[in-house]
Amino acid sequence: MSAAAISRISSIFYQRPRLFLSLLLAPPLIWLGVIYLGSLLALLAQSFFYIDEFSGFIVREFSLRTYEELFTPAFGDVFLRTTLMAAAVTVAAAIIAFPIAYYMVRYASLRMKALLYLAVMLPLWSSYLVRVYAWKLILAKEGIVTWFANQLHLGWFLEAILSIPVIGGPSLSISYIGSFLVFLYIWLPFMVLPIVAALERVPASLTEASADLGASPRDTFRKVILPLAFPGVVAGSIFTFSLTLGDYIIPGIIGNSRPFIGQAVYQLQGTAGNIPLAAAFTVVPIAIMAVYLLAARRFGAFDAL
Amino acid sequence: MQPKNRIAVSFSGVSRRFGDVQAVDNVSFDIADGEFFSMLGPSGSGKTTCLRLIAGFEQPDAGHIVVHDVNVEGVPPYERDVNTVFQDYALFPHMTVSENVEYGLMIRKVPVPERRRRSQEMLALVKLDQMGSRKPSQLSGGQRQRVALARALINRPGVLLLDEPLGALDLKLREQMQEELKALQRQVGITFVYVTHDQGEALAMSDRLAVFNRGRIEQVGVPAEIYEHPATAFVADFVGVSNVCSGEFAQRLAGSAQAFAIRPEKISLTAAGELVPDGWLSAAGQVRTITYHGATTRYAVTVDGGGELAVMRQNSSDGRAAAAIGDAVRVSWPRNLNQPLAEPA
Repeated sequence: MSAAAISRISSIFYQRPRLFLSLLLAPPLIWLGVIYLGSLLALLAQSFFYIDEFSGFIVREFSLRTYEELFTPAFGDVFLRTTLMAAAVTVAAAIIAFPIAYYMVRYASLRMKALLYLAVMLPLWSSYLVRVYAWKLILAKEGIVTWFANQLHLGWFLEAILSIPVIGGPSLSISYIGSFLVFLYIWLPFMVLPIVAALERVPASLTEASADLGASPRDTFRKVILPLAFPGVVAGSIFTFSLTLGDYIIPGIIGNSRPFIGQAVYQLQGTAGNIPLAAAFTVVPIAIMAVYLLAARRFGAFDAL
Repeated sequence: MQPKNRIAVSFSGVSRRFGDVQAVDNVSFDIADGEFFSMLGPSGSGKTTCLRLIAGFEQPDAGHIVVHDVNVEGVPPYERDVNTVFQDYALFPHMTVSENVEYGLMIRKVPVPERRRRSQEMLALVKLDQMGSRKPSQLSGGQRQRVALARALINRPGVLLLDEPLGALDLKLREQMQEELKALQRQVGITFVYVTHDQGEALAMSDRLAVFNRGRIEQVGVPAEIYEHPATAFVADFVGVSNVCSGEFAQRLAGSAQAFAIRPEKISLTAAGELVPDGWLSAAGQVRTITYHGATTRYAVTVDGGGELAVMRQNSSDGRAAAAIGDAVRVSWPRNLNQPLAEPA
């Protein structure tokens, strides 16, 4: 194309910024609208079909039969287990991530900050599966955690923790505690980074202003820093919560083999071939997230945005 | 300024160093109770560090700071009886204007009805009574500035610290706020410590001011004293416009190598041949540039034999200039207006 033609096209776009913008946005919008939202709607539609018990074929007509099946006590346990785990992982991740993020933003030198970013991100560079299997070895009965506890003569302490009913088990790698630790490790970066981003936007002068007006460091944290960083915590919790809700690999490798939502979906659509029930299962975490976000908004988590 | 015996803030031999930079270097001064005291200086001269030392955000490496008879060494900001108006206002973005103003009272657990009443009073004082339920982001710069002021004053501090509070405002608003601030200070009777790099602002508002340079105080005094009798070449040059003459140039003009300063508006500009009264100093020269400033006109005059003097004349009603570029002129001024300087420029 000649230079003159290019310049003509440029000036056409320059005079019609809306046309230019719509051309730029069309591909991602088609991607989001058709492929993402479309398949989500297809999934939703699937959940209202049902399986004919005798033939095993999917009956493609509207019915609430699948949802009736979903809300039976056996599946209720799966939801409860998964939601509690996701909540526990989210709370623990927020508690661990906040001090790291605060240190990175307020105290660390540029060099230290770069190092910490690297430390937080580095685990994401290697394969998820490799890391989960590595944790299986670490947490196994013959693994390094048990060995280390014994070296410190704290073997009895580990035993005591493992003998706690429900969350304990024969070893860390075969218990809820084990799955919890691995979930926490795997999803922690997704909590640290949004909190760092939120804290970066809180000017240091606000902390000084609060102290100047008589607030102790504790009050300043509660009244100024936490409310302003809270949208970051909520953003991070959306990641950790939803990622834990949907994961089917970690509880399959580490834990006491009681199923989580993700595993149930995996089995239903694969071995059982019950696509409608699998679809209905995936609607549940979406609903839980929707309720969670509404509640967060209600409590003013997004007011400071 | 009412004469009071009490000292509000006292610095004795205070120093503060950041790495290689001596931000505050052996500074001593006293601020009287109820005074409007300004700390004037270019950026990096140590004035803001002094303010932060009073607020408690910084601790001195050496020396003592006493605020209302209390040695504040090691006292954290939240236990000091001073409040600050920050340069960027530092309003809490997640709180309404009222909540911002009530913050100090809320922290001290003042009951809600009293809090409401006092914040209403305070907002009325700064003329924002209708804005209480807004968020800071919905206010203009001038309004934010007033909120910051109300938030600090509501605590009835012993000393109010202001860190270039008008720096972000445009000229008209700044001049209006200068008058309002000064009136407000008289009304509440609280000691104001005001940091600024704007010499006009410092002269217009202060009871007394200290001129800072490189971490040291060059001169402390009332505005007229600082302007009319600058002690050093730095003060003469930084506060207003001065002709600072030293060495051979001073020798030629005044007959002595003693450095001196002379204000451009004190110098008269006449035709080359005219006589000069007794007791006046004078020099012949040529007009190099003329700059029109509305009320005044500035002439740069090259003195015969080298050197240059700035001369400022009030513009006459007929709008005629006193000289044209290239004219041979005589500049003259009463010898007793020479302000001797402590150090060579």
